[in-house]
Amino acid sequence: MDQARKSMTWQWWVKWGLPAVALALLVTLPLYTSRYTPILATSIFMYIALSVSWVLFSGSTGYMSLATAAFVGVGIYTAAMIGKSVPLPVFVLAGGTVSALLAMLVGALTLRLRGVYFAIFTFGLVMLIPQFLVFWELQAFGTRGRFVVVISYTTIYYAMLILLVALLLVVYLVRRSRWGLALQSIGESEEAAAHVGINVTMVKVMTFALSAFFMGAVGATMATRWTYIDPYIAFNANFSFLPVLMAIFGGILPFYGPLVGAVIFAYLQEKLITKFPEVYMLIFGIVLVAAILYLPNGIVGLVQKAWQRSWGRRANT
Amino acid sequence: MDLVTVLDIVIGGLLIGGIYALIAMGLSLQYGVARVLNIAHGEFIMLGAFATWALYTTLHINPLIALVIVGPIVFVLGYLLHRTFFRHLLTSRPVLGEIIILGAVISWTAYELLKVYTTANPLLAIAMGIPLAIVLDFVLHRTVLKRVAPSAPSLAAFEGASMLATFGLLYIIQNMAIIVWGSSSKGYTFLATPVNLAGAVFAANRLVTLAFAVGIGLAFYLFLARTRMGKAIRAAAQDPTTAGLMGVNINQVLAICFGLGAALAGVAGVLYSMCFAISATMGLERTVVAIIVVVLGGLGSIPGSFIGGILLGVVGEIVKYFEPSLVLAGYYIIFILLLMLRPKGLMGK
Repeated sequence: MDQARKSMTWQWWVKWGLPAVALALLVTLPLYTSRYTPILATSIFMYIALSVSWVLFSGSTGYMSLATAAFVGVGIYTAAMIGKSVPLPVFVLAGGTVSALLAMLVGALTLRLRGVYFAIFTFGLVMLIPQFLVFWELQAFGTRGRFVVVISYTTIYYAMLILLVALLLVVYLVRRSRWGLALQSIGESEEAAAHVGINVTMVKVMTFALSAFFMGAVGATMATRWTYIDPYIAFNANFSFLPVLMAIFGGILPFYGPLVGAVIFAYLQEKLITKFPEVYMLIFGIVLVAAILYLPNGIVGLVQKAWQRSWGRRANT
Repeated sequence: MDLVTVLDIVIGGLLIGGIYALIAMGLSLQYGVARVLNIAHGEFIMLGAFATWALYTTLHINPLIALVIVGPIVFVLGYLLHRTFFRHLLTSRPVLGEIIILGAVISWTAYELLKVYTTANPLLAIAMGIPLAIVLDFVLHRTVLKRVAPSAPSLAAFEGASMLATFGLLYIIQNMAIIVWGSSSKGYTFLATPVNLAGAVFAANRLVTLAFAVGIGLAFYLFLARTRMGKAIRAAAQDPTTAGLMGVNINQVLAICFGLGAALAGVAGVLYSMCFAISATMGLERTVVAIIVVVLGGLGSIPGSFIGGILLGVVGEIVKYFEPSLVLAGYYIIFILLLMLRPKGLMGK
């Protein structure tokens, strides 16, 4: 009894204390580090946010979406269009909203497709939208691409941090709610979920839209880091693949899986991509393959398993 | 729009459609039978195209002869890939295959690192790579793999995992190609004499391409319809488990299917390189086209893929005539409409 309570308080501290300390450190980060650190941290946050929001929909329902780049791109482009006339929070929210609306439309059309068809369809979006954008821009303005409003790195850093914290809170709340339970049962068996009275289509479409909202908002925030945008820069297919890889590598689990994967890969990318872009992408491919073959639950799954084993062994003896 | 323009569009569509047909037949075999939706399919086209380009520019080998060289090599590559890589995802783990893959990867990385820091020495790289791979594989089996016992996955799980694995493959092949050949586009001239077809003018190489595409497609169809191996492949496509019970060596057949699919892509790449400029990043767009064609023709239907390929080629040329920047968008809209109106495709069952 005493021991149980002790382990509970210990777990409580890990669960809430650790994130609180991490958050406090991150909030004060720009005060005591070099100018480069917040820039690096911003792109790490971006990848964490993207892979956590990918896991929010695809991890729980089992529908593999490759539309991440499309939603990010929509966010980037929204920011590029209206960023000069409205303040940062407005265009970030606008980017997220436009992405969420697109996700609702796409979801309503395609979420009855199963398996790889859905993946291919969503990936097609990444290739389709920039073509239309280029076409439309050339028709309407006679130019391709546009300049984006420039905002200080510290502001972007805090914007991204707020976005990430909001996302993690939303994911936490969703998982604890009826909605989260509905999602989980859809992932396990969609037919059974429909039979117990869950509005399967509604839950799927709304979750897809929720994850797209954050992807779009992330895109809109990051848009200010590039000064010049054109459709092929905004809709970069790597934004579809990298979050998936990070999630698989870390483990398709609600929090720590995508977090660990994103931190490792975003760091690697920052270090390697300017000097050896091909080598980075090569490593990326090799790790993706190796993770699929050998780490079905990712690094976090592996650690958990090892932890359980050693814990269990100690409990037996 | 006069008659010559119409002819121009239709014949142009047929010419590119022949290549699409070959690519799609390969993918149809890989996805329809081996159940691997190969996103790296286009990379085999790229490999075929670059191999032909390299053979032609360095050794002056006729691209039509390269057809005979590239096809079998890519087949073996695809066959081994399925035997090692995708086999692992299905059930067991062949240690030798892992060591070969790991060894190749480590040797390559070592070679690149040597090139950056000291001098390029492939032998040294291999000498480092193979022992490291053996040790690494041993360690992996002793530590990680012991805990994560592979269980036989469901078909849906296999499809998802194998598709993601081919994404990894795409990055590996593409970036190796960029490291070797650079990212600029390449090309050579071969049989570029103009030929007049009732007013529409085309280069001779494009007509040769179509002839070969149709010939290879037909030969392939006959192989599936008439030979014993073809029968085994069709049986495996219908029901792998029962086919296995009837004495079909199912692992062999699936690997052969994957190899043949890759070989068709490689051969299509050879033909492609005769007419158009090639680049190391050309693969993904071709893969998307191939997937659309396979869905259009009906999953697993070889004649469907062939007809779908020709059809998509013609549609592409029509869209290109009106608005060249929207060709891919046009393909994609066909794909959306198809998935909604007739998901089983033109010739699907």
